[in-house]
Amino acid sequence: MTTLAAAHADTGDTAWLLAATALVLLMTPGLALFYGGMVRTKSVLNMLMMSFVSIALVTVVWLAAGYSLAFGDDIGGGLIGGLKHAGMADLGPDSVQGTVPTLLFATFQLTFAIITAALISGAVADRVKFGAWLVFVPVWALLVYVPVTHWVWGPGGWIAHRLGALDFAGGLPVEITSGASGLALCLVLGPRLGFKKDAMRPHNLPMVMLGAGLLWFGWFGFNAGSALGANGLAAAAFLNTLAAGCTGLLGWLFVEQKRDGHPTTLGAASGAVAGLVAITPSCGSVSLLGALVVGLAAGVVCSYAVSWKFKLNYDDSLDVVGVHLVGGIIGTLLIGVFAEKAMTGGTEGLLYGGGLAQLGKQLVAVVVVAAYAFLVTYGIGKLIDKALGFRASEDQEYKGLDLTVHAETAYDHGVLGHGAPVSSSVLSPTQKVKSQA
Amino acid sequence: MKLITAIVKPYRLDEVKTALQELGVHGLTVTEASGYGRQRGHTEVYRGAEYQVDLVPKVRIEVVVEDGDSDAVIDAIVKAAQTGKIGDGKVWALPVETVVRVRTGERGPDAL
Repeated sequence: MTTLAAAHADTGDTAWLLAATALVLLMTPGLALFYGGMVRTKSVLNMLMMSFVSIALVTVVWLAAGYSLAFGDDIGGGLIGGLKHAGMADLGPDSVQGTVPTLLFATFQLTFAIITAALISGAVADRVKFGAWLVFVPVWALLVYVPVTHWVWGPGGWIAHRLGALDFAGGLPVEITSGASGLALCLVLGPRLGFKKDAMRPHNLPMVMLGAGLLWFGWFGFNAGSALGANGLAAAAFLNTLAAGCTGLLGWLFVEQKRDGHPTTLGAASGAVAGLVAITPSCGSVSLLGALVVGLAAGVVCSYAVSWKFKLNYDDSLDVVGVHLVGGIIGTLLIGVFAEKAMTGGTEGLLYGGGLAQLGKQLVAVVVVAAYAFLVTYGIGKLIDKALGFRASEDQEYKGLDLTVHAETAYDHGVLGHGAPVSSSVLSPTQKVKSQA
Repeated sequence: MKLITAIVKPYRLDEVKTALQELGVHGLTVTEASGYGRQRGHTEVYRGAEYQVDLVPKVRIEVVVEDGDSDAVIDAIVKAAQTGKIGDGKVWALPVETVVRVRTGERGPDAL
């Protein structure tokens, strides 16, 4: 990476990227609510915690080494960057990357790493040993997220510079990586107790809708921010992001109405997210027509993909595979069909006379990234399981992780619970609160 | 004395309460309940996964009355709770040995 102390940051670009970075960071609490509403009351706090601790853990490893390995100068083969900027060494307020301060660029990229790690938690809801998650997240970020990001966006990364596959805002590093890793981890952990037997319906759909709304809001920073400037490309990506979320929502609801007889709120939230996932890689290379089709395709296909787990017997609890892996693949591949010169500055998809070449490149990138993320995550998962145990005890899982791990309860239910006046409650204050793990 | 227990549809509670107040019944206890009789549950669909929900939400109303008032109270509850559709619920009565008002210690019918 070139860090030119002499160059000056553009104020407009910098202003937009500052805002976009804050928007993307908000997506992780949004994801926490999106996921939290979908689990049962007994483990909702644990679900929220898995996202919130990802913010803290990934930030620490990113600043220590992750940023440098992902965006530092390539050390050979387009596979990984060097450690020149470990601990953010040599980077000060005057360092510039493109037209924005390098410290801002690094922080913007950090917010992507955070949400990608948090996304995986949806595949393993309600049954993770919390300590194991605290180990998994930083290890995973360094071994899976960082290399894939270098391949796609790093200086000299092989996917961008040798293969020539396109990914504007993270179909490969974020969506496919989190989806394939989620699949690997839910296979390591095994299904929730009662999977396919007990009713595991979402406990709070308004919370899911609020989370989906925050995700959509933040996604404008994610996608339009990836233009790394306040310009026309950012505007096009912004509009594509809105359009694809809408057709994703409509596509999912259409399938539900035909298949199940009812359009549901969970379907609307899921469809919008599926459309947003698919437009993430493609928002900077397709026209508005392309965006509408990409979103619709994701909404329709993902609404079926979420039921594969019941047939194939993997408990991807909150459908990280069905939405992020499948949606990410759809969006990344469709670049090979809908890419337009006006957006890409050269590359054209099948529909615009570019032939099959770009589609082939996209396919190679999808297969390699999915396989890499799956295999490495499976390995990390197995190692942690051997060393620490990755799964909560059966007793903790039955009682819920909120009480057994965090010593908290999410809601006041009934007069005998926490809502009653202390004098008539079954609870009484003690000098020191101890958890019964 | 009799303990009258009624399991009725939740949205009929106000009508039942009004009818009992008109009869001069001074107190009752209501609890949220779930169950099923001839009315089956319903299905819910989440991301295409269908759940059969067997237990239907109901409210349980309990009133203790003097023996002579029992029939009138039962009739009033039935009249107020009835919609004519399946799932209207059940009402039954049991004999009560004793009742004590906690505040004063009064026993028997005086405690009602």
